[in-house]
Amino acid sequence: MSEISLQIDGKEVAVSEGTTILEAARSLGIEIPTVCDHAQLSPYGACRICTVEADANGRTNLVASCQYPVEKDMVVRTKTEQIDKIRKVLLEQMLSHAPDSEQLVALGQIYGADRDRFEKESSFCILCGLCVRYCAEVKKKDAISFFDRGAKREIAFLPEIAMQECWDCKECFPLCPTSALQAAYVLTEALMTPSVVPTPSCGGSCGCK
Amino acid sequence: MDIGKIDQIIDKHDGEASSLIQILLDIQSENHWLPKEALTRVGEKLEVPMSRIQHITTFYKHFSLSPKGKHEVHVCVGTACHVRGAERILDTVQEVTGVGAGETDPDLNFSVETVSCLGCCALGPVIVVDGEIHGNVEQAETAAVLTELKQAETDEVMQQCACE
Repeated sequence: MSEISLQIDGKEVAVSEGTTILEAARSLGIEIPTVCDHAQLSPYGACRICTVEADANGRTNLVASCQYPVEKDMVVRTKTEQIDKIRKVLLEQMLSHAPDSEQLVALGQIYGADRDRFEKESSFCILCGLCVRYCAEVKKKDAISFFDRGAKREIAFLPEIAMQECWDCKECFPLCPTSALQAAYVLTEALMTPSVVPTPSCGGSCGCK
Repeated sequence: MDIGKIDQIIDKHDGEASSLIQILLDIQSENHWLPKEALTRVGEKLEVPMSRIQHITTFYKHFSLSPKGKHEVHVCVGTACHVRGAERILDTVQEVTGVGAGETDPDLNFSVETVSCLGCCALGPVIVVDGEIHGNVEQAETAAVLTELKQAETDEVMQQCACE
């Protein structure tokens, strides 16, 4: 595989073809903030927090570095005024869904995001797809998926699969940047647990179990 | 919808997982909606996880996961049709079929939907009944088209009853 040389934040680097900008930057020790990125999962490009400015083929583009493969003689800038502004607005939008998410609040402080800028929409989910992709790609159980689209898009467990697989797994819980998943899971569980508890014949008065 | 028919549709597409949407479309046009058993069968045969099928069927508005009527009636309520009296046409449709926009009658004869533009504004007001476009319709014509369909359904039911 051929080596491709490019420049990231003024530093020259040569990486193999097919490497993403994010990977190339990390090999140089340059930090690009991410939310939906995960080492075990293929790039998804949902959060756009990793957006960088890339000059290639004679023009400048804003690209999601986690998905964009490096190109020959590309010049990448990971920190500019414009990118900081984009990240700030993106974080503000995500914070309107999950105002208390630790990860988002921490990033928000770096970029000066005001979590009260947009009206609160308490979905607690920023649709990063970490849980959905982890379940499909790593666990191969497909117990959780996206439903609907646009503004109504949401994550939900498929009860039939969740009933058998999720109780002993729950590996997607710690992945969630907003803790939305726990809520969704608890909800499914609540829906499936029979609400009527069988009463003993004595009516519970004799203190038996 | 019987399993045999679903299998037939799947076989027509060589059971390719990449033909998932085409298969779902075929089932939908055959059955007017997608019952859960059909989705389960498709998932088993194509080896596609249920979550993916649900993802796709909830994404596209064309797919219906609730029962739909035998006859699909679309009433255009786009700007041009609206100023030419689409509201009145919609009222007539409701009067004849007994179902409002977005609804299906209990006998599964009619499903009525509004659409925002069919791209033939010069023909407004427009209704589409079972894929056939009726342009420049008046209330009387709308009623006539739908009554004919309704009559056909009633006749069919009566005939079945007479046999037994």
